[in-house]
Parts: sequence; structure tokens; C-alpha cells
Amino acid sequence: MNAILQATGLVQQYTTAKSLFGKPGTVRAVDGVDLTVNPGEVVGIVGESGSGKSTLGRMLLGLEAPFSGRVSYLGRPMPAPRSAEWRRLRAQMQLIFQDPLAALDRRLTVAAQIAEPLDIHRIASGAERQERVAALIHRVGLRPDQARRYPHELSGGQRQRVVIARALASQPRFLVCDEPVSALDVSIQAQVVNLLRDLQEREGLSMVFISHDLKVVRNICDRVAVMYLGRIVEEAPSDRIFADPRHPYTQALVSSVPKAGAGLRGRIILQGEPPNPAARPAGCAFHPRCRIADAACAAKVPALERHDGRLAACLKLQSNQRTAA
Amino acid sequence: MPRFLLTKFARAMLTILLVMSFAFIVLRLSGDPAQVLLGPDAPQDAVDAFRARWGLNDPLWQQYLAYLRQLAAFDFGVSMRDHSPALQLVMDRVPATLALTVPALMLKICIGIPAGVYAALHRESVADRGVIMLSIFGFTIPSFVLGLVLVLVFAVKLDWLPAGGQDGWHYAILPIATMSIGGIGILARFSRSAMIEVLGQPYIRTAMAKGLPWRDVVWKHALPNAAVPIVTLVGFMVGALIAGAVVVESIFSWPGIGRLIVVSVANRDLAVVQCILLVIAASMVMANLLVDFAYGALDPRLRGAAPGR
Amino acid sequence: MSFVLIRDLKVAFDGVQVLHGIDLEIAPGEAVGLVGESGCGKSVTWLAALGLLPGKAQVRGSVMIEGRELIGAPRAQVEAVRGARIAMIFQDPSSSLNPVHRVGRQICESLRLHRGLRGAAARSQAIALMDMVGIPSAATRIDLYPHEFSGGQCQRLLIAMALAGKPDLLVADEPTTALDATIQAQILDLLSNLRRQTGMAMVFISHDLGAVSAVCDRAAVMYAGRIVEQNDIGRLFDAPRHPYTRGLFDAIPDLDAGRARLHPVPGTVPDPRKLPRGCAFSARCAAASGLCQDHQPELRPQRQGGLLACFHPAQEPAARRQEMLA
Ligand SMILES: Nc1ncnc2c1ncn2[C@@H]1O[C@H](COP(=O)(O)OP(=O)(O)OP(=O)(O)O)[C@@H](O)[C@H]1O
Ligand SMILES: Nc1ncnc2c1ncn2[C@@H]1O[C@H](COP(=O)(O)OP(=O)(O)O)[C@@H](O)[C@H]1O
Ligand code: SF4
Ligand code: SF4
Ligand SMILES: [Mg+2]
Ligand SMILES: [Mg+2]
Repeated sequence: MNAILQATGLVQQYTTAKSLFGKPGTVRAVDGVDLTVNPGEVVGIVGESGSGKSTLGRMLLGLEAPFSGRVSYLGRPMPAPRSAEWRRLRAQMQLIFQDPLAALDRRLTVAAQIAEPLDIHRIASGAERQERVAALIHRVGLRPDQARRYPHELSGGQRQRVVIARALASQPRFLVCDEPVSALDVSIQAQVVNLLRDLQEREGLSMVFISHDLKVVRNICDRVAVMYLGRIVEEAPSDRIFADPRHPYTQALVSSVPKAGAGLRGRIILQGEPPNPAARPAGCAFHPRCRIADAACAAKVPALERHDGRLAACLKLQSNQRTAA
Repeated sequence: MPRFLLTKFARAMLTILLVMSFAFIVLRLSGDPAQVLLGPDAPQDAVDAFRARWGLNDPLWQQYLAYLRQLAAFDFGVSMRDHSPALQLVMDRVPATLALTVPALMLKICIGIPAGVYAALHRESVADRGVIMLSIFGFTIPSFVLGLVLVLVFAVKLDWLPAGGQDGWHYAILPIATMSIGGIGILARFSRSAMIEVLGQPYIRTAMAKGLPWRDVVWKHALPNAAVPIVTLVGFMVGALIAGAVVVESIFSWPGIGRLIVVSVANRDLAVVQCILLVIAASMVMANLLVDFAYGALDPRLRGAAPGR
Repeated sequence: MSFVLIRDLKVAFDGVQVLHGIDLEIAPGEAVGLVGESGCGKSVTWLAALGLLPGKAQVRGSVMIEGRELIGAPRAQVEAVRGARIAMIFQDPSSSLNPVHRVGRQICESLRLHRGLRGAAARSQAIALMDMVGIPSAATRIDLYPHEFSGGQCQRLLIAMALAGKPDLLVADEPTTALDATIQAQILDLLSNLRRQTGMAMVFISHDLGAVSAVCDRAAVMYAGRIVEQNDIGRLFDAPRHPYTRGLFDAIPDLDAGRARLHPVPGTVPDPRKLPRGCAFSARCAAASGLCQDHQPELRPQRQGGLLACFHPAQEPAARRQEMLA
């Protein structure tokens, strides 16, 4: 199977303008990520705030050039941002993100927003354009009369539908969804998740789905990569990673999801603070919070390697069998 | 800390240098001092002598370099009119200006801020509406109009106060009133919105939820936060202490910096004009520095690096 | 006897009614969950009870604490309840601490207010509280400012501040919503441990049903400014009877289930300015009848226990389970 998107050794770093006292520091937001997305596949990215999920997503779409590493789309290297070729590619890859109100232009009607990509990429005009817009509105489950509405007249879930319709207008093959349902209420969240799933299945879209809501990721993704401080620490098929996580961080993450009726027993409570990319611990970046860390963990950086049907980066995978239950 | 101070100081100096260079060039390009000072009928050799005396025949960049050399030696030149030291001329006028602007600033602070805070604490009340109305009145009406109206009412019609000049403290009342009313309005409006903004913050709700009496919530939690933006504005006003009186001094024939600048510009007395601009720029830059330090004192987030986590 | 008794609490903002008569009781030492989608009035209920709403809010009804009325009481009387009897923590920990004061000073302020401690005594007690909520090296960090702490630590500090008054009830308004999953787990753990240690009652406001079930004895489900169902945690989760409660439960994906389609609640939450005449849920409810469109169902005690406001509640939870398994 030929991958639709392949990233190798992606690194992104930013210089932070520190205070007048200190010297400017560099933050490695993403620190060596390999990721493959196959046609028709939904890959989930989970991890704590600041672990580099959004940064990775922007690089996968080519919105940001990586500091080092490569992204190739359909076997060809990603063109430099803002080049002519890059602009042509925009029709094929789209981003959907968390805050639908910010993503929409408040002065344009729903129909005008959805038609925008059709004009930009010169896909359709005249009657065909109108037909397309009507079809898109129907596809994302909006009512035809809502075409004349403005974003502020819609509910959060409806706005996210407009954003999705607009993203689909140019018939993309690859979508990055960055926390697409985090701002929505649970009952609405389920509507949008179902919509994304249906669209994905019907059109065979490939998707990278970024979220910190493990339950939603579980529901929509085929494969999941867990990020910690800019690196992937475990990557496996969805069923496997949630049923049998092996990296100590994944284990804690999965067990931290409160389950109805389960009480607080049997949960792994991590000590310590969320990680700070500006002060990355030596060795395994997770070792200050890891409950099975030992001296070796502080010295050696574990590599992401095959282990029992998955990829995981931990020095103690062998001795950490099924400790989480 | 010293490095931090040094960069601030260097930046301040650079600002002053830029202002002075700009003023230098604009002044040289905008007319011939010889013509103005000596009059249109002056004999040619007098004009030539004047130009040679003040180096006006040299190319602009040479004049500029000479000027910079002077500045570096703290030599601010002499008046082209009466050859007295320019700095002396300017400094002689500063007290008169400050005699107006300092009391006016005090009035703005002592009336504007409390009025704004009071209005914010009693939103939608009669007092609040009153403060809004008066402050709009205060900052929409131009000071030359206000000054003339005050003169008409209190000097011409009622004859309570003198219309101009400087001959005792009561001569200062109308100029100070003219100058402060607008500022009071601006400060009141600004303090009101700063305070309203702060009162809506989650930490105010926390302070209330603690059981703190309302008075303490306002004094200990709201005001220290609202002070940050207010201090910025007060800083601007401090920076304008010397430059802010041009119009009012002209209306009331008050012998301060403002009058001096009007006269010197009209006479193309370059050294004096430049010297005034230097003093004004320096005062503004100083005020900015003060605001920066006040920020640090008021808001720990603006203090720079933390002493470690 | 109940510690807090809320009766027919109604709140309107600029003439738009957002709470339509809340009845709620909290017994001493009890942990009660309040769930529902955003905007249904969970926060407003407790902000109104403690007089923390802005002046434009019109509050009617009754909130009694140990038999004394709070609504309409003099300001000093309400201030004496806040922090000392009922403490409250909020959703956005980082902005809920005053950015210009050291955290120690903010905790000491509560200690002075509620325990009369000053100076060194207050300081050592503040350090003890910070230790208690799990801030490492509290003694050296007491003089830092809020921006020098992470979100999770700020929430711990707020909890420490709330504990300073030894309250009988802690109202935690979405205390973990803004935090990362692993930090959420820490805070939940902390809250339930503290409750065990101190014996205080807790109201846990959240839209995370899993979290509510983990820390509460009882929960009330709110919809559009009303409580629609209330029951013990076990019964509520095993046998939800209100169509909205069931809808909520079904809409949440299950970490242990596969990639089954989700079951969303159709439609959206009604605008408080344009509520339907009858049951506010009728437009989204599969069981709605003509009765529901015209009449408001009242919250009534049920034979099987719990309270419910619905004309056509789900009757046989056992059958439903089987149907779902099939
Ligand atoms: N343009 C930028 N300049 C400087 N630092 C940045 C920039 N973008 C991201 N970062 C830093 O890089 C790190 C990763 O950020 P990123 O937004 O990718 O995290 P994330 O995993 O998406 O987090 P969240 O769950 O909060 O969305 C963070 O520490 C962030 O502060
Ligand atoms: N300060 C306010 N001014 C106007 N409306 C408000 C205010 N606070 C809350 N509301 C409205 O009251 C309703 C309930 O809000 P809230 O209790 O915050 O919901 P939640 O259940 O998410 O906590 C919402 O419709 C909200 O818009
Ligand atoms: S390498 Fe060591 S510290 Fe890192 S996750 Fe594995 S056991 Fe923990
Ligand atoms: S009262 Fe009627 S509309 Fe309301 S929840 Fe019950 S069945 Fe549905
Ligand atoms: Mg992000
Ligand atoms: Mg709320």
C-alpha cells in the first residue's frame, strides 16, 4: 500500500523571546517524529497540552516548514509554503480546528463561506457552483434554509458543520482535524464525530485526528500515536493501544479516563507536572513522572521500536507487562 | 539587572538622538533663519555674514556633524537672536510651565481616577452616567475653545479672574482649569473601563467567594490590577508636563516653554527650538522609563525571569 | 437535616430567565454531582446561592443554610457564609488567582479571615495547606506568584485556599475541565481524598459523567435551567429514566467499546430566550407527545427512589440493556 502521507524525522523548534534578563531559548515543539498515513486511514494523535500535536499537524499539512525532516505527499516532497505548487495542493489537504467561530468569517453567509474554496481553486462557477454548495450543505446535515444564515446565528455544532463543509468543498483527500469537537457539548460532539466518520468512510478520506479526548479518539481512529514532549512514545492500532497499553505514559493516560461506575480505584495517578518543552529532562523525557523509572532511564534516550505488535519507546517494556489493569 | 538597566538607558538615548536628528533636518529644510531674523530688506553682506557666523553655508551633513559634536560636549548652543545660552533661556521658562502643568496633573489624578473608579463600582447608576457625560464633554471640547469660553465667562463677564499674564497665583487658575478638564475626563473614562474589566476577572470572583468584605475585594484585589493600565496613561501625562501647555500658554499669555517655542519657531531661532525639543524629548523618555519601572513594581508578570520554579 | 436547602431558585439576566426553579438539598458530608451541557445553569445555581452573580442578575427563591436564609440577606451575613461554611473553586484555575499577589499572601488572607491567623502562624499554616494539596517544596514556593505555577498547581492552590476556611461544603465548578487528562486524575484524586479526611460535603459540577460517577454519592441532571432527574449514582447510571439523561449517557463514546457509531442527541440546546412552551427537551425527545408540548413536567419523587421530571420516562432499564447488547 502506498502511503498518502509520509513524515520522517520531523523536528520543529521555535525561539522564544525570553525576558530581558535571560537569553532567548529554543523550544523543540516536535522532536523527531516519523508518521505514515495510509489511504483511507484515520490516525489519532493524543498527548498532553504542549506535547506538539498541533505543531505536528501543521507540518503534515505543509503549513509550516519543518526545522528538519521531510514530509512527502503521494510520494512527492511537500512544496515550500506559499509556492505555486503548494497553493495547488491546498485543495487536496485541509485543516479543521477547534474553534469554529474563529475559523469562519462573521460577515459571510454560510453559503458564501462554503463557496469560497470553489472560487479560490476555480473548481466550479455559476449554476454548478450553487449546486455544489447545496449538496455540501446537505452532506454535512445542515438545512437548506441555513445557507443564508451568518455564523453567529448558528449553534456551535452547526458552525463546525459549516467548517467541515467548507473543508470538503475542494474535495480534499487528506484532512487534519485539530481538536474538532473539543469545544462542543457531548450530545453535539457525537453528531459531529458521526458526521466525520460517515464522510471519511464514504469518500475514503485519510485523516489525522488530534484530540486529548481519548474516548473520541478510540471511537474514530484506526491507529493512534501517543506523543510526549514532542516525540511519539507509543503507536499502535486503536484496539490494541487502549486495551493493552505498554508505555508507562500511555498506561497512565488510558487509566486516567474516568469510567462511569468504576470509581477512582485502579487508576494510575502520575506524580508531577505536565512537561515543559523548554526544559526537557535528560534520558527518557518521561522519567521524572514515570513510576517504574530507574537510573538507566535518566541516562539513555529510549528509541521507538517494535514490541508486541506496536511501536513503543521505553527501556523497560519487557519488565512492564500488564502492570496496568 | 545592570544589563537590563543599560539596555533601557541606551534605548532612551537612541530615542532622543532620533528625535533631535529629525528636528534638525526638518528645521534646516523649512526656511532661512537669516531672512527671518534680519528681515527681507537686510543688505546682502549682512545676510552673508550671518550665514557664515552660524555655519549655514556648509553642507547639511557637516552642519549635522558639528551639531552632534556640540551635543556630545553638552553644548546646546546660543540663541541666534540675543546670543544668550539656549539652555539657559529654556530652563528659565520651565518653572513657569511646571507651575501650570503640575497642579493640573494633580487635579487630573485626584479627580479623574476616583471618579472613574466610583463610576465603575456603581455601574448604570446616576453617578456613573454623570461621570460618563462629563468625561465625554471634557475630552471632546478642544482646549482653545474651552480656554476662550472660560475667559469669556470668568474674566470678561464676571470679572472674577484675570484673562492673562502672570502676576500672582490667581492668574494660574483659569489656565490650570483649562488644562485639567480634558485630562480629568480622559482619566475618568479610562479608569472606569480598566476597573470594569478587572471586576469581571475570575480572581475577583475568587476573592468574593473567599468571604472577603467587598471593601477589601476592591482595595486589595481590584485596584492593584486596574492600576497597571491607569499608570500607563498617567505616564503619558507626566511625559507631557513640559510640552503640554503650548496652546494654553498662548491663550493666557503665560510666559512658559509653550510661549518660548511659539516665538522661537516664528523667529527661526534654531538653537533654542532644538534645545526645547531636546528638553521635551528627554522628559517624555524619562516618563516612559518611569512607567516601565512602575509596571515591574505593579505586575510581577512583567518583571521578567522568575527566580526558578 | 440538610446542610443546604435550595427551594425554587430562579435567576434572570436582563429579563431572560435562565434558572426556572431549582430544588436541591445537600446533606452534611455528602458528595453531589451536578451534570448537564454548558449553559444549562449549573454554575449560575451556585453563584446565585452565594450572591456572586453580577448586579444585573435577578435572583428569587430561597437558599437556606442550616435554616438561615441567604437570598436577600444583608451583605455581611452572606460574606460570613462564603469561604467559612461554603467554599467554591472554579473552572479556570490560572486566572482565578490574583496575578499581582504572591500565592502565600492569598492563602494567608483566607487564614486571617476565617481562623484569625496572622504573621508567622498564618505562614506556617499556609505552608501546611500547600503540602496537604500536594505542592512540592511548599516552604520555598509560598512566595512565588501565580504565573509561576502550572494550571494543575493553580487549582491545587485554589483548593488550599478553599480549605483554609474549613468549609462544611466545597462547591467545585468544573475543577478539572481546563486541565490535561493526567492532571485531571490528580485533582480528582486529591478532592476525594480531602473529602475523606475532612468530612466536608462537596458539590461537584461537571459535564464529565465519568468523573461525577467516580467522586459523588448522588447526582442531579440539569437541562435548560431545570433539574430533570436526580438519583443515587448507582441507580442513575444503571437505570437512567429521563430521555435526556439517557441521551447523554448514550452520546458518550466508550473507551472499552469498538468503533461503533455514536448515538447523539438530535438537535441543540434551546436558546433561553426562546424556550418551548412545555417540556424544554420536547424538540429533541423521541418520546415526546402532545402533552409534552403543552405542559411542563414537574420534578416528582419516584416510587423506585430518585426524582424525575418527565411524562414518559423510560420504564424498563433491563430491557434496554438487552436491546443495546443485541
Ligand atoms: N509559533 C510558536 N512559537 C513558539 N512556541 C511555539 C509555537 N507554536 C507552538 N509552540 C510551543 O511548542 C509546544 C507544542 O505546541 P503545540 O501547539 O503543538 O502543542 P499541542 O500538543 O497542540 O497542545 P494543546 O493540546 O494545548 O493544543 C508548546 O510548548 C508551545 O508553547
Ligand atoms: N453574567 C451573566 N450574564 C448573562 N447571562 C449569563 C451570565 N452568567 C450566565 N448566564 C447565562 O445563564 C445560563 C446558565 O449559565 P451557566 O450556569 O454558566 O451554565 P453552566 O451550566 O455551563 O455552568 C446561560 O444561558 C448563560 O448564558
Ligand atoms: S524509559 Fe524508563 S522512564 Fe521512560 S517510560 Fe520507560 S521506564 Fe519510564
Ligand atoms: S416530558 Fe416528554 S418531551 Fe420531556 S423528556 Fe419527557 S417524554 Fe420527552
Ligand atoms: Mg493544539
Ligand atoms: Mg459553568
